[in-house]
Amino acid sequence: MEKLLLISFNPSEADQSIGFAKALGIAFDVICLNGMPAEDLGAERVFDMELSPIPTADGLAQFMAGQTAGYSHIAAVSSMRSKDVMARLAGLIDAGMVTDVIAIESSKVFKRPILAGSIIAVVETLSEQTVLTFRPSGFPANERFGKSVMENLSSEIASKALRVSESVRGGARPDLSQAKVVVSGGRPLRDAETFERVIGSLADKLNGAVGATRAAVDSGIAPNELQVGQTGKIVAPDLYIAAGISGSTQHMAGIKDSKIIVAINKDADAPIFEMADYGLVADLYDAIPAIERELESGR
Amino acid sequence: MKILVPIKRVVDPYSKLRPLADGSGVDTTGVKFEINPFDEIAIEEAVRLKEKLGNVEILVVSIGKPEVEEQLRKALAMGADRALLIETEVDCDSPSIAKELAAVAAEINPELILMGKQATDDDCNQVGQMLAALTGRPQATFASKITVVADGVQVTRETDDGEEVLELHFPCLVTADLRLNEPRYVALPGIIKARSKPLERRQMATSPVLKTRILRVESPPPRAAGQKVGSVQELVAALRSRGAI
Repeated sequence: MEKLLLISFNPSEADQSIGFAKALGIAFDVICLNGMPAEDLGAERVFDMELSPIPTADGLAQFMAGQTAGYSHIAAVSSMRSKDVMARLAGLIDAGMVTDVIAIESSKVFKRPILAGSIIAVVETLSEQTVLTFRPSGFPANERFGKSVMENLSSEIASKALRVSESVRGGARPDLSQAKVVVSGGRPLRDAETFERVIGSLADKLNGAVGATRAAVDSGIAPNELQVGQTGKIVAPDLYIAAGISGSTQHMAGIKDSKIIVAINKDADAPIFEMADYGLVADLYDAIPAIERELESGR
Repeated sequence: MKILVPIKRVVDPYSKLRPLADGSGVDTTGVKFEINPFDEIAIEEAVRLKEKLGNVEILVVSIGKPEVEEQLRKALAMGADRALLIETEVDCDSPSIAKELAAVAAEINPELILMGKQATDDDCNQVGQMLAALTGRPQATFASKITVVADGVQVTRETDDGEEVLELHFPCLVTADLRLNEPRYVALPGIIKARSKPLERRQMATSPVLKTRILRVESPPPRAAGQKVGSVQELVAALRSRGAI
């Protein structure tokens, strides 16, 4: 008997997981590690844990390993945190693992990108239990599926790795991996102040999030958590605006599921124009203020 | 202190790759192979720790076909002390690699296992965490800074929304992210000197039992061809008509 256990690090992930659970097509329970999940997820049972802060990976994976009996699939939304914990869990319970699932062929066959998204691999799982992380953009769900039984779950979780300090950046802008609009900049933005003034300003006018290339992050123009691409955030907004971004394979791996990609670049031969829905050959320092004026005038 | 650095041979991450016509795998004809870039960062970090602390022995290990020797030789040239090549023709998945590495770790008892956060060929991001689980070590993935303290390490790691600092006691495992360091360029004398460093070959100590396998590979669905727009006005009008803004 197949059954799915969804691990949610916060209630928003629980919401994003419904489409995946429905696509997998088997009954499911949810463990929500932090924050109160919605009641109408359509799960059989929802376990509410209220862990704050969420423990480091070794203790958390050990705890989860004790919860997986009776589940054929254990899954979470792809994120740095879920990869940290879920792969350790797979090691503990001797399960196979499929990272970054983007499509489901059957309960044992999944599609995932490899080689920075230039190839899609169709992976079959051969173990009794499978651990999965998935990209929610592949599994949209706009409906609700009825009430779940809500239960409290508490546990003393002890980790060997001690968290000494934590710094969370971000502020008022929407979360990069969930935003409807993302405005990203590359190295031509010169420095952090210019990046924020130009990219941040357009993002705010569109109520969007800010992203950056690896080159921009490496040269200190943007903080690391804004990096979009193969080894950074994977985004799938309705609108992605890339300013001063040439379009390396590694960057494109993180944006190719965006509905509309706009590229603004001085170099008419930049590879990003091959994937952009709308390409504007222009200096971003002229184009972005002009876009802002055009947005204002159209209201 | 002993540091174990597991590395993987991968296709050059900047090469253009396509599926073979029958979908049975990726066409790697004429493609160069390299040390997985994140593993190279791990090697560099181990060498820097050795240069700073002195009393450090670095063992690099790789599991794969005999050609992996090329990458192990480069790691030796970067400053690793000795290399272990575990030869197999089996296309191992992450759990079977982690089990074999756990056997190596049990044999040499390194205080620190340092490796890349993911391989740029399969992009799995699994082996480090699985190995940490199998060896009961605390882990710090996505490391951007490592400082050795009294009996362990303090690791700054990148998170989804910022960063955090973890303290791990030895024995422990750390996986390297991009910004941990920039690997050194290896000059010719280093490569020549590395030829005399010890490289041991052996067969796998564990029998791989695959838990996943790739049935076939495909090209991703192409994006519809886009268009160039001539002006900002045209761009904004197009986005308005699509309802994007």
